Amino acid sequence: MIKHLRSAADLDAATATLILDTAAEMAALSGREVKKLPALRGRTVVNLFYEDSTRTRISFEAAAKRLSADVINFSAKGSSVSKGESLKDTALTLQAMGADAVVIRHWASGAPHRLANWVDGSVVNAGDGTHEHPTQALLDAYTMRSRLGRLDGLRVAIVGDVLHSRVARSNVLLLTTLGAQVTVVGPPTLIPLDVAAALSEKTQVSFDLDAVLPDSDVVMMLRVQTERMQDSYFPSAREYSRRYGLDVSRLAKMPEHAIVMHPGPMNRGMEIAPEVADSPRSTIVEQVANGVSVRMAVLYLLLGGK
Amino acid sequence: MAYLIKGVSILGAAPTDLFIKDGVIAAPFEGAEVVDAGGLVALPGLVDVHTHLREPGREDAETVETGSRAAALGGYTAVCAMANTSPVADTAGVVEQVWRLGREAGLVDVQPIGAVTVGLAGKQMAELGAMASSAANVRIFSDDGFCVADPKLMRRALEYVKAFDGVIAQHAEEPRLTEGAQMHEGEVSTRLGLTGWPAVAEEAIIARDVLLAEHVGSRLHVCHVSTAGSVEVLRQAKARGVRVTAEVTPHHLLLTDELAAGYDPVFKVNPPLRTRKDVEALRQALLDGVIDVVATDHAPHAVQDKECEWAHARPGMLGLETALPIVLSIYGPQWELIADRMSRAPARIAGLAGHGGDLTVGSPANLTLVDPSARRVVDPSELASRSRNTPYAGMTLPGRIVATFLRGEATVLDGKAVK
Repeated sequence: MIKHLRSAADLDAATATLILDTAAEMAALSGREVKKLPALRGRTVVNLFYEDSTRTRISFEAAAKRLSADVINFSAKGSSVSKGESLKDTALTLQAMGADAVVIRHWASGAPHRLANWVDGSVVNAGDGTHEHPTQALLDAYTMRSRLGRLDGLRVAIVGDVLHSRVARSNVLLLTTLGAQVTVVGPPTLIPLDVAAALSEKTQVSFDLDAVLPDSDVVMMLRVQTERMQDSYFPSAREYSRRYGLDVSRLAKMPEHAIVMHPGPMNRGMEIAPEVADSPRSTIVEQVANGVSVRMAVLYLLLGGK
Repeated sequence: MAYLIKGVSILGAAPTDLFIKDGVIAAPFEGAEVVDAGGLVALPGLVDVHTHLREPGREDAETVETGSRAAALGGYTAVCAMANTSPVADTAGVVEQVWRLGREAGLVDVQPIGAVTVGLAGKQMAELGAMASSAANVRIFSDDGFCVADPKLMRRALEYVKAFDGVIAQHAEEPRLTEGAQMHEGEVSTRLGLTGWPAVAEEAIIARDVLLAEHVGSRLHVCHVSTAGSVEVLRQAKARGVRVTAEVTPHHLLLTDELAAGYDPVFKVNPPLRTRKDVEALRQALLDGVIDVVATDHAPHAVQDKECEWAHARPGMLGLETALPIVLSIYGPQWELIADRMSRAPARIAGLAGHGGDLTVGSPANLTLVDPSARRVVDPSELASRSRNTPYAGMTLPGRIVATFLRGEATVLDGKAVK
């Protein structure tokens, strides 16, 4: 098993599949009266969060607790970090406290890679800057597999601000590893340069959402921050929504079996219409539930739980 | 001291004896201290037109003295100290302070560069004439670290320094195109999720500046050229007769953006490491003379400014002690080329009389002796610089600087600094 999960590129197909299969076993637990497993009893998991992210932190916290690990939440706000402590010194502190795993969310791309130099325990990337968010990709893959029964050959469109999206990077890497056909869709200003060469040669690029929808099994909408229009990525929220928003009429162009995903938090009315977000084809709430199972599997496997 | 450099090969020629007395290369005489130079090559002392010595202000990263020692050990006899100190070298007072510190260290000639604008802020021209007339005798002016982005201000500065034969050394970086930039924009930046620094941000400024220099008939020097596109802009400008010179750093001749993959900020530098294609174009341009000189952009940084997140880290890498070995590793023993690009041409650009001359009788004895057959592993802990941010740690490089002489006095002997 790998030691760290810093990038979805750390996962080969066999390892990724093992995580998804383990997550399915973990999910079966949540139907039981007693949801807890003793697997990580006596182990310490630190949630080191330099960015606000209530949903991701709670998801990791629930996952670790269901495995009976001791959980320490270290928020950069109101801690020594706000007094100017460096990542290295924080890492050495966690190291001294005997952290078996550090789950890190950080505004700087690559912070988990740096952290892994300074701690002996496993490092799990819970989102770093505009780089990656591998457990999000795992839970998305898990959700697709449970809804549609497979990943191999699945046609997935990832739509929106791919340039700034850590969710998109991790999903492209993981889904292509698992045999899906990924198309990234958005205005050219928000599609990064050389995306296929950078992530996977199999990645397709399109600037035309309407053309992609009829051939998609999964449409994953990314959050688009309205601040981007101040920086001339697109002219207005209205124009963005018209060209790349998923509304009811676009939903109708998708195959009947196709699902709609969103990593949250959503801008309802911007990239996704409320009717679409709340439709039975949307997996948004399911994704949150699956997040706990997938993170349990990741912690369990990285820490060699018994 | 008087020296007899015995059996030395001047620029690769047949072994000969070189006499040094009273600061100059002398005719044969008796009673000199003998330096056995069998197998060694003599080069005119190297000249760096782009060094950051960090004093005043960041003496925890480097001082004029430690940087001078690193320079001498790298075979340099003169370095031009960049203006982005704290306080900024934008007045006669600060440049004279740096110049005096260099004299006191006495290991290389430290020639201060003056800022183009007050506080490097790009708003108001600094008192360039006062710096030129000062004891430091400033001739190169640069806001390095920042681009003189305002085209009107750049035009005026290019014109103004004609009065005292100055030159503006431009850090070519269109600031709007590089907001938040962390590394070269391309495949690797996409993969790593780091904001890109597009090649065009450099090329657009160089294109503008060669046109401005042509328009007003001024000299322009371009700092740390890093892209294949910049090379083409310079090639065309030179063919038209524009008075432009350009430098390339050892790291841009050797390293590529792939090194950012582990997010180790020792590879973070501005302009950023580019692609293999850019490296090849830069190597050819130096051979062709489209790029005139190798300059180190030696940029020492304290440990805490590199042992952190990539986005937090300061850009820059050490260069003085490894420049010649890297050039040797790329070009081999092309001593004429090396002497021109690392000594003669930079001395000419900086207006440093007494440096970059031929090693003939009567010339100032500024020279360095290199053992081209030696190979050394770069060990950061052995560097004379106060900082440790070398990107070459663990790399085996050819060439060892055995001795350096500044106006006839040894600054380095047996590979060790004499003070």
